[in-house]
Amino acid sequence: MIKFGFNISETRAINLEDCDLENVKKLHREVSSFKLCVSCGACSATCSARQFTDFNIRKIHASFRRGQYAGLQEELKACMLCGKCTLVCPRGVNLRSMIINMRKILLESNKK
Amino acid sequence: MKKIAVIGAGPAGIEAASALALQNMEVLLFEKSSNTLTNILDKAFLFPDFSLANDMVDKLNKKLLHQNITLHVGTEIVDIKQEGHEWKIIDKKGMSYIVAAVLLSTGYTPFDAKRKEELGYGIYNGVLTSLDLEKMIKYNHIENSMGEKPKRIVFLQCVGSRDEKSGNNYCSKICCVTAVKQAIEVKKLLPDTEVYIFYMDLRMWGQSFEEMYRESQEKYDVCYVRGRISEAATTFDKKIQFKAEDTLVGLPLKMNTDLLVLMVGMEASCGTKQLAKKLSIEGDYGFAQSLNIHLQDNETTSKGLFIAGSCKRPMGINETIADARSAALAIMDYVDVNQSNKESLADNN
Ligand SMILES: Cc1cc2nc3c(=O)[nH]c(=O)nc-3n(C[C@H](O)[C@H](O)[C@H](O)COP(=O)(O)OP(=O)(O)OC[C@H]3O[C@@H](n4cnc5c(N)ncnc54)[C@H](O)[C@@H]3O)c2cc1C
Ligand code: SF4
Ligand code: SF4
Ligand code: SF4
Repeated sequence: MIKFGFNISETRAINLEDCDLENVKKLHREVSSFKLCVSCGACSATCSARQFTDFNIRKIHASFRRGQYAGLQEELKACMLCGKCTLVCPRGVNLRSMIINMRKILLESNKK
Repeated sequence: MKKIAVIGAGPAGIEAASALALQNMEVLLFEKSSNTLTNILDKAFLFPDFSLANDMVDKLNKKLLHQNITLHVGTEIVDIKQEGHEWKIIDKKGMSYIVAAVLLSTGYTPFDAKRKEELGYGIYNGVLTSLDLEKMIKYNHIENSMGEKPKRIVFLQCVGSRDEKSGNNYCSKICCVTAVKQAIEVKKLLPDTEVYIFYMDLRMWGQSFEEMYRESQEKYDVCYVRGRISEAATTFDKKIQFKAEDTLVGLPLKMNTDLLVLMVGMEASCGTKQLAKKLSIEGDYGFAQSLNIHLQDNETTSKGLFIAGSCKRPMGINETIADARSAALAIMDYVDVNQSNKESLADNN
């Protein structure tokens, strides 16, 4: 085989056919405002944890919604649960409660 | 001659009054301010065609010169009551007027930006509203808080609209295009000033809006960032500092600017809220509610009571004018039918 000097890396596409959206459904049941997000970035801009780390709650939310859970449990540890994000969200997403429930759900599903 | 009362002398009230007068109705037009067209007077240019606001004011005011129209300025209407087939209009001084039909065209008020305290309006001099900037453009006098030419101006969209925290989940419709319009005007006056627009979505729904957006990028270098600014503060050198996330890059963004312009939305005016409530035609967010948005958008649950313009929902001037004309037509139909009913009643007796 001819070697071209680069590797074909693993696919970076989200395959919605293979996604397990069970966790998303669970989160919907616990915090229904979760689905109102329009990804405006007000929460991540104001976030206390964001000032010191590259923690991005908007991105975590977006990944979770698409069933991309890998690594999120670890990332969410940076959140200090101060609730500033909840105060600024124009869509009334209850982010603080969303984060607590995400942690619970991920803990359970990662145990399995 | 049939008498019609029109409440509010904005574009809607004036256009409807003029259309009714031309059809031989006697119109009493009431305006609470000392001037007509209070929401247009301070504007420089109008979207979408950059026409002069003063021109619009002159043309509309000229329509009021018809002999069938009596304009009462400085007359706030505080109550409207149905009395049989007629309506009684009561002003603040207690004067009352009897008419055959009423048109409510009491319009909107710009959102009070002080309600979004975290954005610093009324606290830091460098934070303005779109109305303040429009005045600066009108008098070609754009300055930062130190009285210098601003090096950078940042616009923030959706202030008081699409915001649950302000109690307004609706989109005000006119502020996206107003930001693009004002950005171009700033660049025409101050070509060296950097202009940024921070948005959640850019809603370029109207004719030529999208082209204006394109032109602002192509010709005027206006820079668009997708992200909502959630708080603003001042720096030691009197600039405004804010944080946002550039959501398309996914990275935080910290920035200083000479001026932060808040694009305020449209809320139901005080008069609209009060009168709609009294007349039991109050809709969402205090706007007046029509019977059917498709087919009876000027009629209300009360016969003889009509509504037109931005007292119903946010809209621009062209839509307002079209709506006022359609209201005038609905009123003429109503008066005709009412008249012939009365005549047939009289015949039967
Ligand atoms: C920042 C900004 C910029 C805009 N720029 C543009 C633009 O460039 N182009 C464009 O097409 N549109 C623009 N608009 C929208 C435009 O202002 C409206 O479309 C238009 O003013 C609506 O007219 P109206 O007659 O329905 O209401 P209004 O203009 O609000 O008129 C209502 C009138 O009723 C009076 N009134 C209220 N209550 C009473 C009462 N109880 N008794 C007597 N009188 C009363 C008020 O004093 C007022 O004069 C802009 C809006 C905003 C907020
Ligand atoms: S502030 Fe609310 S709407 Fe905006 S990205 Fe965060 S959760 Fe979504
Ligand atoms: S609660 Fe967590 S995510 Fe929200 S602002 Fe505080 S640290 Fe950031
Ligand atoms: S028109 Fe634009 S700025 Fe105004 S509320 Fe709608 S999206 Fe926001």
